[in-house]
Amino acid sequence: MGKLLDIKNLHTYFFTDKGTIKAVNGVDLSIDSGKTLGVVGESGSGKSITSFSILRLLENPGRIVEGEILFDGIDLTQLSEEDMMKIRGNDISMIFQEPMTSLNPVFRIGHQISEPLILHQGMNKREAWERSIELLREVKIPNPERVATNYPHHLSGGMRQRVMIAMALACKPKLLIADEPTTALDVTIQAQIFNLMNDLKNNHNTAVLFITHDLGVIAELADDVVVMYTGEVVEKASVEEIFGNSKYRHPYTEGLLRSIPSLDEEVEYLDQIDGSVPHPLNLPVGCRFAPRCKYATEKCQKEIPSLIEVEKGHLVRCFYPELRERNE
Amino acid sequence: MEETKFTNRIMRIIDTSIPFLKYLVKRLLLMIPVIIIISLLIFFMIQNMPGNELNMFFNPEDPSLTELQKQMLTEYWTEKLGLNDPFFVKWGKWWLNMFQGDFGISITKQKPVADFVGEAIMNSFRLNISGFILAFLISIVVGVKSAVKRFSKFDNFWTVFSIIGISLPGFFMSILLVFAFSVNLGWTPISGMQDPMNETPAILYYILPVTVITLSSLASLIRYVRNAMLEVLKQDYIRTARSKGLKEKVVIYRHAFRNALIPVITLVGFYIPLLFGGSIVLERIFVWPGIGLLMNAAYTGRDRALMITMLIFYSFLTLLGNLFMDIGYALADPRVREGGER
Ligand SMILES: Nc1ncnc2c1ncn2[C@@H]1O[C@H](COP(=O)(O)OP(=O)(O)O)[C@@H](O)[C@H]1O
Ligand SMILES: [Mg+2]
Repeated sequence: MGKLLDIKNLHTYFFTDKGTIKAVNGVDLSIDSGKTLGVVGESGSGKSITSFSILRLLENPGRIVEGEILFDGIDLTQLSEEDMMKIRGNDISMIFQEPMTSLNPVFRIGHQISEPLILHQGMNKREAWERSIELLREVKIPNPERVATNYPHHLSGGMRQRVMIAMALACKPKLLIADEPTTALDVTIQAQIFNLMNDLKNNHNTAVLFITHDLGVIAELADDVVVMYTGEVVEKASVEEIFGNSKYRHPYTEGLLRSIPSLDEEVEYLDQIDGSVPHPLNLPVGCRFAPRCKYATEKCQKEIPSLIEVEKGHLVRCFYPELRERNE
Repeated sequence: MEETKFTNRIMRIIDTSIPFLKYLVKRLLLMIPVIIIISLLIFFMIQNMPGNELNMFFNPEDPSLTELQKQMLTEYWTEKLGLNDPFFVKWGKWWLNMFQGDFGISITKQKPVADFVGEAIMNSFRLNISGFILAFLISIVVGVKSAVKRFSKFDNFWTVFSIIGISLPGFFMSILLVFAFSVNLGWTPISGMQDPMNETPAILYYILPVTVITLSSLASLIRYVRNAMLEVLKQDYIRTARSKGLKEKVVIYRHAFRNALIPVITLVGFYIPLLFGGSIVLERIFVWPGIGLLMNAAYTGRDRALMITMLIFYSFLTLLGNLFMDIGYALADPRVREGGER
């Protein structure tokens, strides 16, 4: 199967008064059609900016300065704004992190779902309204006729996220970008939304770029995983390799894995990674992760490792990718 | 099938308008106690104003009156005006008279307030409404564009304009304009509201005062609209709108502007009572026979009837302004429309 999305060497910078923030700094990633790619990383690692770059939703002073974003073979970075608008909400759509603020407070739910249908599918208002109700039913919203006439403030966060999903799926996109869709929701609702997304993805054969800071949820949803840190990819692998017994693993991924809350065991506290993500204007000289890495050597402090393929389809950005080479 | 859809539609309209009507009635009822309290305050203050109300009907210093005559006149007028009535009785009578269109007699004009106050209000109103509409139209167009093209040449130009506009006092602007257009160029009359000979078209008299009113509110209005719009443009739902593939025009004028309208409507409500007021300074410079000049006369002449009428009128307008503001809010914001929760 061909690559639906293929991002090559993407650089997205913010040109601020204080300096250039390299929010995305040479990212490569790809998704096959119908597959789900999980993108993981702590807050500030450049996940959202990567996804905004794909849809070209960057706000000033953010700009894509280098790289290609091939979608169905077309480089999105080169498209005119007009052509880009035909892709947004139609071939690629997006769900955002904050369901509470992502819907327009002054328009009815039905109206907001209708908009892409009228725009991209040439439906008239009435057809679009009817279709919105069906879509609401599809995302398992009770009493969809009623909800279509509601305003966002009538709905809970979980319901609003369902509306966002219905809206995103309205035009049957080839790619759905979900930027931490459950981060703002509580745990039971999170599980419901995951199940819903899993069902929809399987039914529609939609490829999904699933962004999260919680590696735990990736196991259930994704086929492949990309781990990001300070705007760079630090590890890329299949889900099996990440969660299985691969001989190779980035120390950052290891930390993320350890901080997954376990539902079976009684875990007293979560094993967090020490320290915090460095400020983008004040990155370490060597390996970006070195200051927080318990295996870091002198070499790590001075030189920048590159992303190397340690086994087929498994890439790690570390001088010591093999578990047994490392000492604390 | 068609029929049920139709009834559904009707039901939906009724469903959404009933809470709104309830809300309106609630707001109107709430105005009653407020106006009562305000009127008590105003009435109390005017009652306790220095000066003797009787002096208006006869002069106690008049040498041609004997002591007995003075005493009788005092008793007569005290009785007739109900000056010895308890406070609340006086206040009640005053309300009764007002309901019958009797606002008392102005001492400065020596005629019933009701006979002349309406015209003065209208004279000011015509001036204000023209300036108000112009200022709002311009500021919405400019404010929205400035926000969308933030820090562009366009935005920067209007920022500088606003700073100058805000720092330039109205009277100074008026004098500059009169000097330039009336004195030097002779295009517009220097002052007045109409030509006694009917030779100059009336509109020429409006140009300068309306320009001053427009300019003096324009600067801050533009800033206000611009900031409201900037605030909305950074909201998450704007990004959602863009992510759907909507055209930039739709994103700005439908998704963003509908939300930016909410604070702007608040401001319209705030301006409503001002429309019926008049600037004393402006009306004196342009010799405009409006309510500003009248108010000025009322204060200097200690004209109780005129003052009390004007004060209650402005309080009422302010309340109406608030009501209008809330109705506007409700029309623009479904969260308020349905009972105030947010
Ligand atoms: N509007 C902006 N202006 C300047 N820097 C920004 C802006 N938005 C994001 N960034 C920077 O880009 C980096 C990546 O942010 P983001 O992609 O939102 O992280 P994530 O989604 O992984 O939490 C952060 O360091 C952040 O400071
Ligand atoms: Mg993010």
